Amino acid sequence: MNWRTIRAIALKDWREVRGNKMAWAPTLIVPLIFCVVLPLLIIVLPGTLSNGEAGDMMKDADLELFLANLPPAMAASIAGLNESQTMIVLLLGYLFSPLFLILPIMTSSVIGSDSFVGEKERKTMEALLYTPATERELFTGKMLAAVIPAVLLTWAGFAVYTLVLNSAGGVVMGRVWFPLPHWWVMVLWVTPAVAVLGMMGAVVISARVKSFMEAYQNTGLLVLPVIMLVIGQVAGLLYLSVLVAFGIGLVVWLIDGILLLFALRIVTRAALMGADKGA
Amino acid sequence: MSVAIETEGLVRRFGTRTAVNELSFRAEAGEVFGLLGPNGAGKTTLVRLLNGVLKADAGRAHVLGCDPQTQGDALRRRSGVLTETPSIYERLTARQNLHFFGTLYGVPEADLARRTDALLEQFGLHDRADDRAGGFSKGMKQRLALARTLIHQPDILFFDEPTAGLDPEAAQQVTDLIAQYSGADGRTVFLCTHNLDEAGRLCDRVGILNHGRLLAVGKPDDLGRNLWDGQWVDIGLTAPPPAGLDAALMGVAGATQVQIKGAALAVQVRDESVIPAVVSAAAAAGAQILRVTPRAHSLHDIYFKLQAEAEAS
Ligand SMILES: Nc1ncnc2c1ncn2[C@@H]1O[C@H](COP(=O)(O)OP(=O)(O)O)[C@@H](O)[C@H]1O
Ligand SMILES: [Mg+2]
Repeated sequence: MNWRTIRAIALKDWREVRGNKMAWAPTLIVPLIFCVVLPLLIIVLPGTLSNGEAGDMMKDADLELFLANLPPAMAASIAGLNESQTMIVLLLGYLFSPLFLILPIMTSSVIGSDSFVGEKERKTMEALLYTPATERELFTGKMLAAVIPAVLLTWAGFAVYTLVLNSAGGVVMGRVWFPLPHWWVMVLWVTPAVAVLGMMGAVVISARVKSFMEAYQNTGLLVLPVIMLVIGQVAGLLYLSVLVAFGIGLVVWLIDGILLLFALRIVTRAALMGADKGA
Repeated sequence: MSVAIETEGLVRRFGTRTAVNELSFRAEAGEVFGLLGPNGAGKTTLVRLLNGVLKADAGRAHVLGCDPQTQGDALRRRSGVLTETPSIYERLTARQNLHFFGTLYGVPEADLARRTDALLEQFGLHDRADDRAGGFSKGMKQRLALARTLIHQPDILFFDEPTAGLDPEAAQQVTDLIAQYSGADGRTVFLCTHNLDEAGRLCDRVGILNHGRLLAVGKPDDLGRNLWDGQWVDIGLTAPPPAGLDAALMGVAGATQVQIKGAALAVQVRDESVIPAVVSAAAAAGAQILRVTPRAHSLHDIYFKLQAEAEAS
């Protein structure tokens, strides 16, 4: 592995993605919604509603059932809180943590699609394959080009989110309360794994499609596991403790490993070139 | 002379279609070898096989002493390929394109900036060096692609239809640049084209390809001689020929046909060795000879005759 080559590929891909507004615009808008707009709505809205309405919300039958069935540790974390505070902790402290994984998976799969299908679509892949760069160097370079920005963007989003939750949210909560312990695991351990997953997904999808747009639409599927985590939590099947978060990370890393074996078979000169019928 | 490219029974299929069929040939180091053939003949596939980016189904190949299948990375370090489509990163500047490929080809960082500047200068891209390549004309993109193939000073160059789709002026520039870089430093050039003028101008030897098969390989002159029986000689006269000239010429052993049109005389002979006898016989018959020119078959004649024969069989 020649790191000068890998670095050059990663930088080149990164430069190229920056030239594709279609690719990066959503990766900036979505974090803004997740980290600023939605939290502010959730923090500010209950306060502006009359107490009666907020109370009604809490008396919703489903929600009551949900609260009654909370795992003990989660129940403990909201013990003694008023209704607005409970809402904030449950939604922003727990429900949002798997939702947050949309950031790394979306960013890395969009960049990954641009760097694989984009390169096929724009007919630049061939010249790349004629260079002495090894298949592993190509793959690693493209992987880093997708994963590093995805992780950094998520961390930046997390910092902003923390700020919002403790400033605007702090007014309601009366103290600095965020991050909850399991967030650290989500951000430091699960996020990189999910970013790699997004990239692998993009590679596998890219092998089957012809254009960036097509890949882009298909990568939407990658968000499904994240949605399932969210549903799992809402349904009370899952409580994101430090340990559970760690376990989720472990599972994702394992899936990454399996997909890597698969991807290394797709990312060979023979496979990439054999699929190209030429001009 | 050492061998730069050698293949034996090389085969590559796509499904039921055989793109390269039992191909055996060699190209010497330092020569410009042209591969001529219509679209779909298998030219691009052969370049891919020779650079180890595509696997062969049968046969073997050696390029610069490397087996492309197993020593591809080492081979690609010494080989430069101008692909059929320019393969330029349009969102990067000209300089960034060259720098990127130079790095991948292992050009030392210390040399890279200097080499990039020199190539941009020589290829007339200096004042656009820091503009995105996406805004370049087709000709400029092709020149940039050409500069890219030279950035690591390869020992062998592959050009896949380098002037296809260019206007005559841009095509001329590209052909000039290829001519300039072909002769240099004993570098071997493998040129795929269906532009016969370009091939005639640049190539030492040509191979003619049809449906993945090589129909003929050799110097254009030799190919012409082998294809047609006998050799035509044009004899220019200062005055209309004297009567009885054709009979006198047909009397020469080895002369097979005579055509007279005004002051233009053409004689078909068995081979070149008969020409002196024809000239003396004509002079003896009273012809005023101005010049004698053995007729060369153009690459056009050769190409179309071979392709027609192949299609007919
Ligand atoms: N990846 C591929 N898959 C299927 N068929 C291919 C592929 N590449 C080339 N071919 C077929 O192989 C033949 C030779 O193609 P090619 O080498 O591109 O010819 P040329 O470069 O001489 O125009 C054509 O019939 C083409 O359709
Ligand atoms: Mg071709």
